[in-house]
Amino acid sequence: MIGNMETYVLQIFNGISVSSILMLAALGLAIIFGLMKIINMAHGELIMIGAYVTFVTQNIFLSYVDKNLFDIYFLLALPAAFIVTAFIGYLLEITIVRHLYGRPLDSLLATWGVSLVLQQLARSIFGAPNVDVRSPQWLNGGMIIFSNLQLPYKRLFIMLLVVLCIGGVYYFLYKTTGGRRIRAVMQNRTMAQSLGINTRKVDAMTFAIGSGLAGIAGCALTLLGSIGPTLGTNYIIDTFMVVVLGGVGTIIGTVVGAGIIGLGNTIFEFFTDASLGKVLVFTVVILFLQWRPQGFFTIKSRSLDE
Amino acid sequence: MLEISAKIKEYFLKRNMVISIIFVLLCLAPLFLSDFRINLLGKFVAFAILALGIDLIWGYTGILSLGHGVFFGLGAYCMAMYLKLESSAGKMPDFMSWSGLETMPWFWKPFASAPFAITMAILIPVLLAMIVGCLTFRNRIRGVYFTILTQALSIIFVVLFIGQQAYTGGTNGITNFKTIFGFSLSDPATKLVLYYTAVVLLLAAYVFCKMIIDRRIGRVLVAIRDGENRIRFSGYNPTAYKVFVYAISAGLAGLAGAVYVPQVGIISPAEMGVVPSIEIVSWVAIGGRGTLTGAIIGAVLVNSLKSVVSESFPDIWSYFIGITFIVIVICMPSGLVGVYRQIKEVWRSSLLLKQREAAVKH
Repeated sequence: MIGNMETYVLQIFNGISVSSILMLAALGLAIIFGLMKIINMAHGELIMIGAYVTFVTQNIFLSYVDKNLFDIYFLLALPAAFIVTAFIGYLLEITIVRHLYGRPLDSLLATWGVSLVLQQLARSIFGAPNVDVRSPQWLNGGMIIFSNLQLPYKRLFIMLLVVLCIGGVYYFLYKTTGGRRIRAVMQNRTMAQSLGINTRKVDAMTFAIGSGLAGIAGCALTLLGSIGPTLGTNYIIDTFMVVVLGGVGTIIGTVVGAGIIGLGNTIFEFFTDASLGKVLVFTVVILFLQWRPQGFFTIKSRSLDE
Repeated sequence: MLEISAKIKEYFLKRNMVISIIFVLLCLAPLFLSDFRINLLGKFVAFAILALGIDLIWGYTGILSLGHGVFFGLGAYCMAMYLKLESSAGKMPDFMSWSGLETMPWFWKPFASAPFAITMAILIPVLLAMIVGCLTFRNRIRGVYFTILTQALSIIFVVLFIGQQAYTGGTNGITNFKTIFGFSLSDPATKLVLYYTAVVLLLAAYVFCKMIIDRRIGRVLVAIRDGENRIRFSGYNPTAYKVFVYAISAGLAGLAGAVYVPQVGIISPAEMGVVPSIEIVSWVAIGGRGTLTGAIIGAVLVNSLKSVVSESFPDIWSYFIGITFIVIVICMPSGLVGVYRQIKEVWRSSLLLKQREAAVKH
């Protein structure tokens, strides 16, 4: 009986862990999509860039900094990943994305082109094979719950990170002037414009922040395995599904969507097998959308088209 | 007699000049190109059929499906099952015994018959598209939401086909075919016949699409693209039209898959993924969406370029196609055909200007 219980606890823990990573990846995507109706296919590549920034930070520490200080590299890599990907996101916005407002499908295609280029760039710089990032010492091991049930610190750390990020985004969106502007533009772009909000600036800033969140997600992913140029593509579709399921424009939607998809994947995979598990999750999402085509949470609006 | 020839001249040389030239070139190609290149070109012709389907749903109706790899793959797998059974003389295919199956699964058995396999290659994608289409379009799931769902669809099928190795051949897919309808697949003559079959089917698909878009239904499709709510308020039911066009384009994709497999000799889940599906869209975008000619030109041109460039510089191809795609989507939404039309327009107006100037001087 106890043995059974341990398996269940572990399954649920794994489910939450998968969800937390999806949450981190989807958060940026959902904000960008909610604000500008831009589908950023290059979001996965921004995750990949975040991961490589961590890799580079690690290498810098290995070659230039004292060995005893190595373990703090990860704490520096997090802000570094955020800043670098946010800057790349900002560049993308002012060069490419701003031409695509009002054309969501085209934005998807153009950003796919961007993702191809970024992937190839990573391949040219770092090589096609995966590289390993050494996790800091203090994240090895795990919390022992039962005699043979251990929850890895790495996954717990990622969950903590996700909670912090969501808290941060919540604070930013609901308690600061910049966040209020973003929400105003999200709800009614023209009205916000006529009240003197510089929507161009808001758009660029939001895109940068969304990209930065992807960078943090990439940084977190280095804890779970080796990284390569195609790291992002493995996550991007699940991330999109989170946004569709959760609804656009609310943080809670992303959290719930990621929770359902992450837990659903783990649970279905546990009872069937990996391939059938994915099929079942997809079927459930389609059936769910029969009931609520706009996803779980949406900003209420009386306009005809969303 | 003269009238008829004048009519033919008008129809083929004036109104459909570009497409006539394309088909004449495709028919004459075996005179100039090596067997290897013809085989490649045959593959691209199959892709052109696929591109026509995408153009119908994306270019004309404005619905972006990034799951067409699935329909292509399903058609290809149906054909591959037939070819595999023929090469194993009706016995259980080799990969099944490797995965530990004792008897052939029931759904493989009817595929020993070629007519059944070919029918299924078109019918299964059509049915799947109708189911998915009904479930999504009925609830007004549209725009990017639909696109994301189709992407998920393609992931699902890739995972499913890799996972069910005993029935589908897993990651390796189905390969090692020997004959088709009793003729050896390695024989150059068979390959030539396959090539011409592909060209004829492309022509048939083109005529079929042209029939759709030249009729009222085609107008409704374009209207759905440009203003779906208006068409709903005018008393049409967009759902029925959308399901219809989705099913048709899935059927074309299935046909393309069936044409593709005998020429290439392998089908694997990799062809069904999201990336191949976006690639199909990129051909249509580069050729020119919303024009059937553009879809055909895009499919053949991009793939030819790809095979030439990636033979010598595989790295550059990704940069090239990525950047081209960005530029096309942002600056030239109507693709190469649009550019051609613009040039023609400029040329014509400058000609008019000259005539007018000449008239003024008189």
